[in-house]
Amino acid sequence: MPKRVDLKKVMVVGSGPIIIGQAAEFDYAGTQACKALREEGISVVLINSNPATIMTDIEVADKVYIEPINVEFATRVIEQERPDGLLPTLGGQTGLNLAVELANAGVLEKYNVELLGTPLDSIQNAEDRELFRALMRNIGEPVPESWIVQTREELEAVIHENPPWPLIVRPAYTLGGTGGGVANTPEELIEIGVRGLKLSLKSQVMIERCLLGWKEVEFEVMRDANDTCITICSMENFDPMGVHTGDSIVVAPMQTLTDKEFQMLRAASLKIIRALRIEGGCNVQLAMNPNGFEYYIIEVNPRVSRSSALASKATGFPIARVAAKIATGLHLDEIPNAVTGTTKAAFEPTIDYIVAKIPRWPFDKFYQADRTVGTQMKATGEVMSIDRTFEAALMKAVRSLEIGLHWLRLKNADEISDEQIEAGLVKATDERVFLIAEALRRKMPPERVANLSRVDIWFIEKIKNIVDVENELRDHSAEMRALTSGQIAGRPQTLDLLRRAKAMRFPDKVISNLTGALENQLRFIQKKYGMLPVYKMVDTCAAEFEAQTPYFYSSHEIQDEAGCAEEWPGIGSSATDILSKKPKAIVIGSGPIRIGQGVEFDYCSVHSAWALREAGYESIIINNNPETVSTDFDTSDRLYFEPLALEDVLNVIAYEQPDGVILQFGGQTAINLAKPLHAMGVPIFGSDFKSIDIAEDRDKFEKILCELDIPKPAGRAIFGVEEAVQVANEIGYPVLVRPSYVLGGRAMEIVYTQAELELYMKHAVDISPDPDAPILVDRYVMGKEVEVDVIADGVDCLIPGIMEHIERAGVHSGDSMAVCPPQTLSQNIIDQIVTNATKLALALEVRGLMNCQFVVDADEVQVIEVNPRASRTVPYLSKITGVPMIQVATNVVLGKSLKEQGYGSGLYKQQRSLAVKAPVFSFQKLTEVDVSLGPEMKSTGEIMGIDRDFSRALYKAMIASGLDAPIGGRMIATIADQDKEEALPIIKAFVDDLGYLVYATEGTAHYLNANGVQAIEVGKITSTSEQNLMDLITGAKVDLLINTSSKDKKIEQEASMIRKASVQRYIPCLTSLDTAEALLVALRSKRRGEMPECLPVDRYLTDPA
Amino acid sequence: MKAILILADGTTFEGESIGAAGTAIGEVVFNTAMTGYQEMLTDPANAGQLLTFTYPLIGNYGVNDEDNESDAIHPEGLIVRELCNQPSNWRSTLSLQEYLMLGGTVGIQGIDTRALTRHLRKNGTMMGAISAELTRSELTAVLGSAPKYDEINFTQRISTDQTFVYQSKQAECKRHIALIDLGVRRSLLNLLASQGCRVTILPYSASAEEVLNLKPDVVVFSSGPGNAALLSEPVAAARDLAGKVPLFGFGVGHQVLGIALGAEIVKLKYGHRGANHPVKNTTTGKIAITSQNHGSVIDAANMPDELEVTHVSLNDSTIEGLRHKSLPIRSIQYQPEESDFNLLWEF
Repeated sequence: MPKRVDLKKVMVVGSGPIIIGQAAEFDYAGTQACKALREEGISVVLINSNPATIMTDIEVADKVYIEPINVEFATRVIEQERPDGLLPTLGGQTGLNLAVELANAGVLEKYNVELLGTPLDSIQNAEDRELFRALMRNIGEPVPESWIVQTREELEAVIHENPPWPLIVRPAYTLGGTGGGVANTPEELIEIGVRGLKLSLKSQVMIERCLLGWKEVEFEVMRDANDTCITICSMENFDPMGVHTGDSIVVAPMQTLTDKEFQMLRAASLKIIRALRIEGGCNVQLAMNPNGFEYYIIEVNPRVSRSSALASKATGFPIARVAAKIATGLHLDEIPNAVTGTTKAAFEPTIDYIVAKIPRWPFDKFYQADRTVGTQMKATGEVMSIDRTFEAALMKAVRSLEIGLHWLRLKNADEISDEQIEAGLVKATDERVFLIAEALRRKMPPERVANLSRVDIWFIEKIKNIVDVENELRDHSAEMRALTSGQIAGRPQTLDLLRRAKAMRFPDKVISNLTGALENQLRFIQKKYGMLPVYKMVDTCAAEFEAQTPYFYSSHEIQDEAGCAEEWPGIGSSATDILSKKPKAIVIGSGPIRIGQGVEFDYCSVHSAWALREAGYESIIINNNPETVSTDFDTSDRLYFEPLALEDVLNVIAYEQPDGVILQFGGQTAINLAKPLHAMGVPIFGSDFKSIDIAEDRDKFEKILCELDIPKPAGRAIFGVEEAVQVANEIGYPVLVRPSYVLGGRAMEIVYTQAELELYMKHAVDISPDPDAPILVDRYVMGKEVEVDVIADGVDCLIPGIMEHIERAGVHSGDSMAVCPPQTLSQNIIDQIVTNATKLALALEVRGLMNCQFVVDADEVQVIEVNPRASRTVPYLSKITGVPMIQVATNVVLGKSLKEQGYGSGLYKQQRSLAVKAPVFSFQKLTEVDVSLGPEMKSTGEIMGIDRDFSRALYKAMIASGLDAPIGGRMIATIADQDKEEALPIIKAFVDDLGYLVYATEGTAHYLNANGVQAIEVGKITSTSEQNLMDLITGAKVDLLINTSSKDKKIEQEASMIRKASVQRYIPCLTSLDTAEALLVALRSKRRGEMPECLPVDRYLTDPA
Repeated sequence: MKAILILADGTTFEGESIGAAGTAIGEVVFNTAMTGYQEMLTDPANAGQLLTFTYPLIGNYGVNDEDNESDAIHPEGLIVRELCNQPSNWRSTLSLQEYLMLGGTVGIQGIDTRALTRHLRKNGTMMGAISAELTRSELTAVLGSAPKYDEINFTQRISTDQTFVYQSKQAECKRHIALIDLGVRRSLLNLLASQGCRVTILPYSASAEEVLNLKPDVVVFSSGPGNAALLSEPVAAARDLAGKVPLFGFGVGHQVLGIALGAEIVKLKYGHRGANHPVKNTTTGKIAITSQNHGSVIDAANMPDELEVTHVSLNDSTIEGLRHKSLPIRSIQYQPEESDFNLLWEF
């Protein structure tokens, strides 16, 4: 059937802010979908609250609404736009939930909007546990046996049913899913079950057949309206059942299943997508008995997902794009395969390489968090690698993680006892794959490693191959050293060993560490003996058809396909026709999403690639994050899916011979390459290493500040504990401490005492990527924080906008709410900011972007941080000011001045609307992490609220970020002594203006009551009184918690528990009085009945207010 | 041990010997399926070939006792990127290396199979030779004097000598099928049996009379290797049987029926070999993803009027299924799935 003609306008739902479990993959999917729909002549209306996305660029959809994703705003958009269809399946769980809510509220029916992609009842059939089980039973697909019990008698009834042992017991409604366990016998079931019933707040326990240790596999399948069904990709989890697939190492395709098993699971997956009548993509997760033909359906996602993004990047098949085309009525055989250009989308991709994905966890930042990985996903992002063997793909993926490891060995491997290793094999953590290698290194038999970890022995044997080569290298250290010292010509065996190690993708750095061979000489030897990698193409079809995709991965093979290498004499020409004669520039991407380096940097990389193309350059991207738009094969002219480690980047540079490399858009990942690339003589487009060095080298930076007469908080860069203590004593506590050269305020702390400082210094050494880098110790100034991103070309310095933080200095800028344009700054302060930023940009010789953070101390603007690169606020600032900052900056680094682009110096003209940026956290998933705000960044994503005035923009930001407190609700206030005076008027306003009922613990209650604010005293969590704080929270009897940190450790410990509990119950928890005051402003606006606007984002900028 | 692969056009790949020591000559083809090496190695349709797998890691799940398509390894040789020496699967009884050794099959690993595949895609399927014992020039000479794939009648080597009956012990036998063995796969017999068929398997040379004496409900011409134009006996039998009893053809059997009815076959540049081939049923408009394994097709340009195309390849529009306009004769080129057996009962 050809495209439907009745669909003229379609509304697409984005997934909102980045949280754990819902990351950049939906920006990739949504952007593809919008493009695919518009290609069919369909007008696209988009709603998404996340400004740091490509999909919310006004070029991507016809109408872009950056508004909260809820029924209220979606209804208004529908009312205004009257779309014919709603496509929610590309916006993750957020999209599906919104679709269901809109349908239930009758909105879709009222406005005659058709739900596209997945029918409503199919969404419910897939999402509702009981409906799903019933559907699976109907079509004869097995689901694990399970029971929900509420009494001991029901537990015993389960035993009488003769259930399949072992059983897993999970108490429902507990905090952090505690108290469950595995029961192997009836006695154990009673014991664990009864305990679980007590722990559960609703006295409910779920019992399910325990599939721990079974193989976990996944299929990505698609279906069109003609009932054509195809599987896009099969994936096998390295980690067996028990670990969330988002937290598992995954390979594609499946490796250890015979064709018979594979076909059985494939058939089941296709049966399910048919039963659900999905028109689009679907993800099916299955558990497979490692010792039999038995399998179970574990989960079905009736939409595109993180796995479908991975499958798209792993195969080259653009699932989201094709899903959108299917939604317009097209059949798979009518949709071209964009990769080959000659075949159609109605086929199943086949690949001739192996793909490895490793999750990126935030444990390097949250060292207090529980590193166990289980059924609750904790990873913030992931890396993917491609090569022709598993060993090589794994080695590449490990160094792509950017966790300071370049091989399968933990830094503290020597300190780990054999017992700890055994325990670490049994219990899955982020470090398990490293411990598997360590166990093999200590000669534990592979069978035993497999038995303990329940990881398939196929994977263990492959890791052993890597360890064996490590040993071989170590055993041949002398020969390797001789090879690099140039004393003798390489002996064949030595060269063969080097060749094998390189084919397994051992970095030179590691070979050098293992053997003592000279690292820089290794590179020359490889060049001399032809050991550098070639680049092969990802083409969906294992070379069966000629493909056009400029999507490449490196491998130690014979034939090159990317066209830059010399031809291999035996086999004829490679794809030289895909080379152009244009000038070339490489954009270094930002790697996996982690706290402090999110989707914003992918936004920057993508825009830079686009700007390069527009400027007549051939744009080349290197990146390894499968979730992103930057690794979509048609974002750049050529894509290299590679680690961003120096050696891998140098290989691509040596191969492509670009005119320049752009580092300033890839976050700290790319900036960290500036020094070595500079040393290797690689041409860098934009601010060169000197600027970066000055900004990050404390002494040089202070010298410049002194020359420019720009004030900064007192402080110094130091080495070692003694010096730290000395400096702190000079400037006085509290001090702000942090390592230099890190991102996201990692390990940044406000330290109040010498003891705390000493403890900090001990830990900081492990965190810094460069142990030789100094630690910065500064006076902590408690003032208003202000931030600017500027574009400079050496003559002019454009400041698109100034962002004023809502929370005072001390809260990390990434975790602060911010408003642009500023609301409370005097002209004098604004002038100082503009002058200082301009002076800095010129003095640092910035070419392109620079981010400056200031703190306002009384009437003086002091500089606290300068980064000569794009920052996370660039997308937000671009959207609110209308200045396409990355495009302008890219043109600047290519040599086109600001004036030539029509921009001048100084503060850009003020826009008509204002926007509030608010952080979004994932604390529900990271149960051990304290939620209070501080100098270390904790948020995973952000949203933007835009409107005509501050209070309404703030209100939108609050709702969109999940701080959805009602008017006239109930709150708990526990305020530390030092904050009581400041808190009083705020809480008073909540009571007087909004009619809040306040609960408080003894101290706060007394203080409030004594000062004319009525508060109900409740017991602390340890108290046995009738109603304590915890009861209020766990019983969901309150709507808001305001809690400020105390310096008393014991009080703080209790407060931390309350905060965690409130987060688990989705009760907003404010730890800064500034946020509380902002909420007050927002709620007052709502109470006054002010109606927020709901407009396409560009109209806020252009319409008269 | 080092081994080399030489193609008829002189292109040479160096690798490492796997399987049995020795020399193998055959038609070099590539298959893009990512699983199923055991089935493909034992599929008689792969006789005479040097089979290249485009998936680089082969042997991961070893070899078991249950998934063979016949009792022997049929390709002349095996070409892989990496052979897995430590397989893992609960049913695995041998490593692929051990299995190749037992079968006396020669192979080569460690070559850039993607480069080889691209070469074949560009230049077409061609003869080649693998050896771990001969020098390059010796091997070139041997290859030059060896008969070409399309000149060899593999069917007479591999077809059954004796007529025998295959049926399921469980399922009730509702129909009787006479199957002309042109290199039948065990899975086809199992599928037929599971559908309630009693199957009498006859040698490829069976005459129409012998077949009719069995009074079958349907006569099936099985899949198998080689050039259908060489199969004069089955072609003659098919011609005689046409109109007397319903006929069905699979794979090379489809080509035999086509030739019997006046069609011609043409060689494809590099064939259809893999598990991901989309086929459109021109009657229903439905699309199926099929497994295919053929190097030639019935020529669409020279079709007799009585024949009608029922299935086409979506990749290159070649013929994947035929029916006779008036007689009960149907055939499909691809490997049948369970659902395709409905066609058998549509007569």
